Order: sequence, then C-alpha cells, then structure tokens
Amino acid sequence: MTTTDAPETAPPSSGKRRIGDVAFAGLARGSGILILLILAGVAAFLIVQAWPSLAANTANFLTTMAWEPNVREDPAFGVAALAFGTVLAAAIALLLATPVAIGIALFIVFYAPRRLASLLGYMVDLLAAIPSVVYGLWGIGFLAPQLVPVYQAMARYLGWIPLFSGPASTSARTILTASVVLAVMVLPIITAMSRDVFRQTPQGHREAALAMGATRWEMIQLAVLPFGKSGVIGGAMLGLGRALGETMAVAMILSPALVVSWDLLQSGNQTIAAHIALQYPEATGYGVSALIAAGLVLFAITLVVNMGARYVVARGNKESR
Amino acid sequence: MSTTTTQPPAPGPGMGSPRINLRSGTLPRRFPAALLASCAAVVAGVLLAFSSFGFLLWGVLTAVAYVVIAVTASARVEGGRKAKDRLVTSIVYMCFLLAMLPLASVLWTVFTNGMNRLDIYFLSVSMNGVLPSMDAGGAYHAIVGTLAITGMATLISVPIGVMTAVYLVEYAQGRMKQLLMFFVDVMTGIPSIVAGLFVVALWMVLFGPGHTNGAAGAIALAVLMIPVVVRSSEEMLRLVPQDLREAAYALGVPRWRTITKVVLPTSAAGLTTGIMLAIARVIGETAPLILTAGTSAVSINWNLFDGQMMNLPVFIYSQVRMGGAINYERAWAAALTLILVVMLLFFLARMIGGLFAPKAR
Repeated sequence: MTTTDAPETAPPSSGKRRIGDVAFAGLARGSGILILLILAGVAAFLIVQAWPSLAANTANFLTTMAWEPNVREDPAFGVAALAFGTVLAAAIALLLATPVAIGIALFIVFYAPRRLASLLGYMVDLLAAIPSVVYGLWGIGFLAPQLVPVYQAMARYLGWIPLFSGPASTSARTILTASVVLAVMVLPIITAMSRDVFRQTPQGHREAALAMGATRWEMIQLAVLPFGKSGVIGGAMLGLGRALGETMAVAMILSPALVVSWDLLQSGNQTIAAHIALQYPEATGYGVSALIAAGLVLFAITLVVNMGARYVVARGNKESR
Repeated sequence: MSTTTTQPPAPGPGMGSPRINLRSGTLPRRFPAALLASCAAVVAGVLLAFSSFGFLLWGVLTAVAYVVIAVTASARVEGGRKAKDRLVTSIVYMCFLLAMLPLASVLWTVFTNGMNRLDIYFLSVSMNGVLPSMDAGGAYHAIVGTLAITGMATLISVPIGVMTAVYLVEYAQGRMKQLLMFFVDVMTGIPSIVAGLFVVALWMVLFGPGHTNGAAGAIALAVLMIPVVVRSSEEMLRLVPQDLREAAYALGVPRWRTITKVVLPTSAAGLTTGIMLAIARVIGETAPLILTAGTSAVSINWNLFDGQMMNLPVFIYSQVRMGGAINYERAWAAALTLILVVMLLFFLARMIGGLFAPKAR
C-alpha cells in the first residue's frame, strides 16, 4: 500500500517557493475533505427532509405496509412491504448471478485461450456499460413476453413449490422477471471482483497442485477457490448493494403492489427504489418527505452492505499476504 | 514410482478403481471439438425434421447432448476424475456463453427495433407541440439535455475527483488517507436514486419546494461520478514512476510544479480514459434525473438553471410509461442512440488507454 508514497522523497522546502506548494496542497486536501462533506451532506439532508413526515406519521414507519402519506390529519405509511420487496428481488438476483459469475471468472482466468482472454473480459464489462434504462426497456419490451410461456409451464409443473404457485402472470411483469434482469446487471460486478482475486492466486500453489497430478478442476478446488473465497464473497456483496439500489429495471418491469408476497410468478411486491421513482412525479406535501424517508432506509441498507463488502475484501487481502 | 503419489489430496467418491494405471486411456485431443460439431449437426437435423428449429432450443439441446456424451465417454475411457474435470470445463464454458446471451439479445433487440425510427429527423426535432400518439417528433431536446447535464456533471466532478486522487497519492498519510479511501469506496455504492433524493432535499432547503432544473440533475450525477473518477485517477497516478518525481525534485522543482508539470502530464492518457469511462457510466443514469430534471419537458432547453430539462434516459422511460406502439418505437430509437453514445465512449476510452499508456511497467 505504501510503495509509491511520495512524502518520503519530498524535497527540502526553501522559503519562497512554499506559497504555491501550500496553496496546491490545500486545494488537494480541500477536495478530499469536500468528498467527506458531500457524503455527510447526503445523510444530513435526507434526515432533515425526512423528519417532518416521520414526525407526522401516525403508523409505525418500519412495520406498516400501506403508503398513504397524504391523508389529511393522519398520514400513515411504512416501508415494510417495500423493504421486503427490495431484499427479495436482490436476493434472487444474487442467487442467480453468483454461480454464473464465478464460472465466468474461472473461464476468463483459467480456461479461455490466452489471446482471447482480455477481449472476452471486455465483453463481460460491456454488460456493465449498458444503461439501466435500456435493460428496463429490454426487460419489458422483449424478455417479459418471452417468459410468459416459461412461467406458465413453471406454474403448471412446479406449482407445488410455494414460490412458484400459480396462476402465473399473463404479462410476466413479476418480481422474478425483474430479478433476472437485476442478475444480468450485477453479473459484471461479481465477475470483475472474482476475476481479480482468482488472478492473484499464487503461481506456486497452482503449479504444486498440477505437479501432484491434479486435474484442472482439482487444482481450482485446492488452490484457487480457498484463496479467492473472500474476494468472491466481497464481490457478491458489492453486487448485492447494486441490486438493492437499482431502480429502473424494477420500475419499468414490475407491475407493483404494496404487499408481502412470496409468489414469484404473480405480479405484486415493490422495491424502495422503484417506488420512489414511480411516486415522486406525483408526490406533494408529506408525500415527498415520506419518499425521502424511504430513500434514507435504502441508503442505510446499502451503506451497511457496502461497508461489509469492503471489510470482507480488505480482511481477505490482509490474510493472503 | 509408487502409485500413491498420484492420489489427489482430496479424493472424491467417483475416483475410479484403486489401482491407478498411469498410462490409462485418453480421449483424442480433437475429441471435444469433433463431438461438439457432430452434436450440433445432429440436433439441428432432428429439429429441422420436426420443423421446430429455434436458436435457443438448438443451443440448449446441443449443450446437453455434448455434456452427456463427453462425460460418459470420458468416464469410460479416462476414469472418474478426468470425467469430472470435463464436466466442470463444459459448465464453465456454458457460464460464459450464458452471460453473452443477454448481451447479444439486448444489443440485437435495441438495434433492430431502434433502426425503425432512428433517422436524421428523429435526431433533429424535439417533441414540442407533438401529442404523444402522433407519428412525429424526435429526441433532439433530450440529446441537448443529456449533453448539457452530463457536461456540467463532468465539469464539477473532474477537478474534485482528480485533485482528491492527487491528495491521496501525493500528500495524504496515515488515518486520513485510509478514512478517505474507505469513504470514497462507500460513496461508489450510493444507489443512484439516493443521489437524486439528496439533491431534491438540498434544493428544498436552498430554493424551496418545486424547483426542477438541469443543474440539480448535474449535481446528482456529479455525486455518482466523483468516486469513480477518484478511483480511476488514483490508480493512474500510482503508475507514474517514482524516478520521475525524484528527478524533478533533484532539479529543485517545487512539489506542486512537479505534480502539475510531470506527474499529471505523464498520466494524462490514463486520466482521460478513466474520466471517459466515468462519463459513460453516468450518461445512462435515469433515476436521479427523474427526480431532479423532471419528466415532462418537451421543448429544447439549453439553460441548466431554467426549468425542466429532458434527457435521453428519462425520454426512454417516459415514452415507455405512455405505453403506445409509437411511444415504444421512440423509446427503442432513443435507446439505440444512447447505446451508440455509450459504446463510442467506452471504445474510445479503451483505445486512448491502450495507445498512450505510459510504458512504465
């Protein structure tokens, strides 16, 4: 971490030149402090603006499912249903994306032809370059119609599993479709982290495994996966953070309802981010403030998840040294 | 040589016979490719015979047939461990192909649907005076808005981001450095809609409720862009060889002149790449702009501080919300425009990074 730190080689200062130095250093330091201030400002302004509606709320904000902040005298709203939908959508997305992402990372690092590897890596990165609104448009305009017969078949043959109970939605605008699109969106994030950490596996460990006669898969099992575990977990948590906060794919695909429902093939559920995007243009009075309160909850959840991810990655890096 | 040396340290149940023959059979090297080709041909033939050919079905059935035959053959000839290895190899290849499926599908659907309406007319007129269901109008006002908002966001975040990176690499030490790096990482994870809400809250405090303009959108995008610029610039500045700095110091050049005349020019190409990738990332942001720049502007507005400002992502979103066939056509065309811009930035950035990278390593 400290290999390229400049301060050790700082020139001996001589009186006159210091004005420029002081000004420039102050400017650089100021930008750093400004970033910290912006981050603090995000939290502070959200709290300040959320407070009026939270104070006027007659229902318990954390356990209520309804969203009626504009009823005169007794506004009642809560994030229970929204938080459930957010976590459910992100969890399914992660469940779908993580195994595939690990496979892709292994493919790029160990299986792909050397010359093609970086090109194929770029192609996975391209998935991250596509704007979320385009994913949303693709999801509603192309993917959902394709999934209708699939969902009907799932409801017919897998309906005995509570998650897939029918009748399946005839438009496929369900939480499962939204999660599939979210999974595609977080795929490049998890892949990038896993790829980096797989690449750092000590050459010695890998060659030792191969020299003992291990097949490529046994080498990966013995040397790569144990080494890369923390990186993969960290990457998955970063992906989770992204999936929790993703707005457009859900807002455009899901046909929402403020309920807590485990029926993945039926319309219903809603996420915090999508709810904010859909409600904001029509929100007035306490409505805006209530949406800011919901945003505060989302901010808190993603903050915890992201800090956890960074912690896991940092600890993994330390252990591997 | 004793046979025990070839035992893998974690023997599985499918290990095969305990007497391992070191010269056991191997499948020919061309076997996988040949098998794959023949599977594809046979499956295609069968599907055509039943006249139910579909690319997805064909791909899936070919993959299944290949995996089953390859693994069985390998288990017969080469033993359980090799068979497992081949199974994993096929799965890993399939994971990659599975990821390419949505990429190809998104690009293909956006291209084919977008070409229906993307022409000079679409790019050069606004929606002013056009009813949503009329067969007219275009995205010029949205392009103007995207350029203005993204431009202002870039102007705000590049100086702050690059200077913070300079601070992190050249000045900061100890706790302050760790704290700042940690919070920049945390900031990367702020959901875009929360950045939008932040500006909404800020604007309510500064100007009172109901003020929507392009500048608000630009600030929301800057909040998302700054950490990306910091991280990429920081990486680039670290690549500048220490020798260059020391040589400058040895000539008596003050530190700030060293940074502005030696360090920053050396890493200019890398910095540009990072900034362009950051622009490509925020140019497609929708959620914060729905909250800050408004969803209903129809006319051309170059003024960031005066009223609602349409932009390409929000244009796509609001057209989809209207829901008519013509609205979807506009949305696809705008999506194609947006994707072309993003791809252009993406490839240009990679090219600059590749061509002008410092030959430091």
